[in-house]
Amino acid sequence: MRYQNHVTGLHQKDKGVIELTETEVSEFPAKNSYLNELTGSKKNLKNEQMGQIKGKYGKYGGQYVPEVLMPALEELEEGYERYKNDPEFLAELDHYLRDFAGRKTPLYFARNLSKKYGSKIYLKREDLVHGGAHKLNNAIGQALLAKYMGKTRLIAETGAGQHGTATAMAGANLGLETIVYMGAKDVKRQQMNAYRMELMGTKVVPVETGSRTLKDAINEAFRDWVTNVGNTHYLMGSVVGPHPYPIIVRDFQSVIGHEVKEQILQKEGRMPDSIIACAGGGSNAMGIFYPFIEDKEIKLIAVEAGGKSLKCTEKAALHSASLCAGEEGILHGARTKVLQDKNGQILESESVSAGLDYSGVGPELAYLSESGRVTARYATDDEAVEAFHELSRLEGIIPALESSHALAYLKKSSEAGELGEVVVVNLSGRGDKDLETVLSLRGGI
Amino acid sequence: MERQKISARFSELRERKEGALICYVMAGDPSAEKTGEIVKALVNGGADIIELGFPFSDPVADGPTIQVAGQRALSAGMDTQRYFELIKTLDVGIPLVCMTYYNPVFRYGVEKFVEKAADAGISGLIVPDIPVEEAADLKSSCEKHGLDLIFLIAPTTTEGRVRKILERGSGFLYLVSRLGVTGAREDVSSSTRELLSRVETGLPKAVGFGISTGKQAAEVRDAGADAVIVGSAFVKIIEEGKDVNERLEALASELKSGIRRAS
Repeated sequence: MRYQNHVTGLHQKDKGVIELTETEVSEFPAKNSYLNELTGSKKNLKNEQMGQIKGKYGKYGGQYVPEVLMPALEELEEGYERYKNDPEFLAELDHYLRDFAGRKTPLYFARNLSKKYGSKIYLKREDLVHGGAHKLNNAIGQALLAKYMGKTRLIAETGAGQHGTATAMAGANLGLETIVYMGAKDVKRQQMNAYRMELMGTKVVPVETGSRTLKDAINEAFRDWVTNVGNTHYLMGSVVGPHPYPIIVRDFQSVIGHEVKEQILQKEGRMPDSIIACAGGGSNAMGIFYPFIEDKEIKLIAVEAGGKSLKCTEKAALHSASLCAGEEGILHGARTKVLQDKNGQILESESVSAGLDYSGVGPELAYLSESGRVTARYATDDEAVEAFHELSRLEGIIPALESSHALAYLKKSSEAGELGEVVVVNLSGRGDKDLETVLSLRGGI
Repeated sequence: MERQKISARFSELRERKEGALICYVMAGDPSAEKTGEIVKALVNGGADIIELGFPFSDPVADGPTIQVAGQRALSAGMDTQRYFELIKTLDVGIPLVCMTYYNPVFRYGVEKFVEKAADAGISGLIVPDIPVEEAADLKSSCEKHGLDLIFLIAPTTTEGRVRKILERGSGFLYLVSRLGVTGAREDVSSSTRELLSRVETGLPKAVGFGISTGKQAAEVRDAGADAVIVGSAFVKIIEEGKDVNERLEALASELKSGIRRAS
């Protein structure tokens, strides 16, 4: 059997056909392998490219970047197209996802939570991925891609530090020089994460410009990239930024949804009624939603950070809910929903969870939300913190404050009678990193 | 006051065999009132074209000097309406160019922004985060209102992209002298020479990013540039806030004598 047929590698005409014996193939059986997770999305990528302008989701997406970066984006797109079906690349990715990241993650039936809300609630345990969040799925994928493309240096931005940590892990493991830009304010509130990165040999650069948070860290990473574009890969942490990043990150994160599809069939013999995920930039949401986009009867709910309230002051939003309350604009290379003032200045965002504290959102998620395929909701800081405590007590699982927003929606929707019979919540990360924040909220630190 | 168009300025200079000095400052830094004096000092020093930045909160193509200038202008209350009012009142006859990022333009309304800019007496627009592929709306609005849309070409720009940019650009071409963000630097890189020689166009070639002295301006002129663009060096003087107008005029004059000579 030709492996090429197995993955339907359209982009390998110029390469020798790789033949694997039956035994070798059986080591990578399609059903249990991550090898075909990426190719699973190829059909859609092709449709997008044929039917629409490159990298556009309706009016959203695109490439709004300085000219100096355009060739780098083209190179990245070519590299991704080339390697996403390359058996060697996919086998190596498969290896890292299994043995380094610890996939596949369980789909856990939360008995006590289910009892409380009267629905069958399953948690997709991305909190068990190495590093404590779903971020490594993308970081290891992109770091590997960078290595295949001959890049020697990784740069990344980080908010809470989860993506920075995942990038540090991938960089250390693959022997790539790694620099992480982190808002100075975030370095302060996530000191342990900054130290974790440094332990793994990553240089953490505190960003002192602007609001000194995630959006400024992204600006600074862009500035590094325009300067060092030859040897450097910018490892974008979410489904944001210029094309092809939203596609690349979504594809690497889609492993979450692909697993859920298989696991829920095994456990329930049917598809879920709804899937709930938190959304800042939107990578864990797109990762779990994407394989279900065509299953129109399944409700997909993205829960944004409602912060203190959905209001704005003159300079800042009191929330991070770009889908619920943002307006169309251009931020970090993409046309999307953005928190901004009437002059087009980007507003600072706010959330108790640093990982959701962002003024924009992935363009594809903006499109899906506007088209009605994805329902955008929000949970406030208080609701998220309540859900944080609830899961800890009921299930013995301490969720990340990010994921707690998705959990908070359970209460809201069950009260509204909207919670379906079988529900999957993406538990995108674990909450150990948030203990200090939660303690200080209670005045205990 | 009636202002010259960019092309008229360049043909006048070509007849005199002079290179052009294009000066960048941030509008409203440190205040709208001061911008009037600053522009006058630059004109007195020999500026041929002035770029007036409209501040944006997240300027990814700019180095620290101009980032901070933008923050100062925003804190001093610069917004779209005040920007156009300021431009209208400036007492200068040379061409003025607006440089900003795409979101403020998009948010205001592309057509409306361009119309107001033309009405205020702006001759050209530079938007560093919009590559030719995304610029169709902006281009058609600029054509409708008689504004030049100026594109950047970087050392990394491929031949294919250079062709696309040449098809759509007008006014002048903004050649980025090196990789990186705006900001004053010591030397003129060899990539500048390479870029000047490989881009063949009838449009004037202006070199920017990193130029701060008359000597550098002369080197760039000798390498075949029709103009130099200097920003951060002026913005730094404004930031320091000491003898601002005198020093701006002196620097403009030094740069102009560097670029003036025949190439």
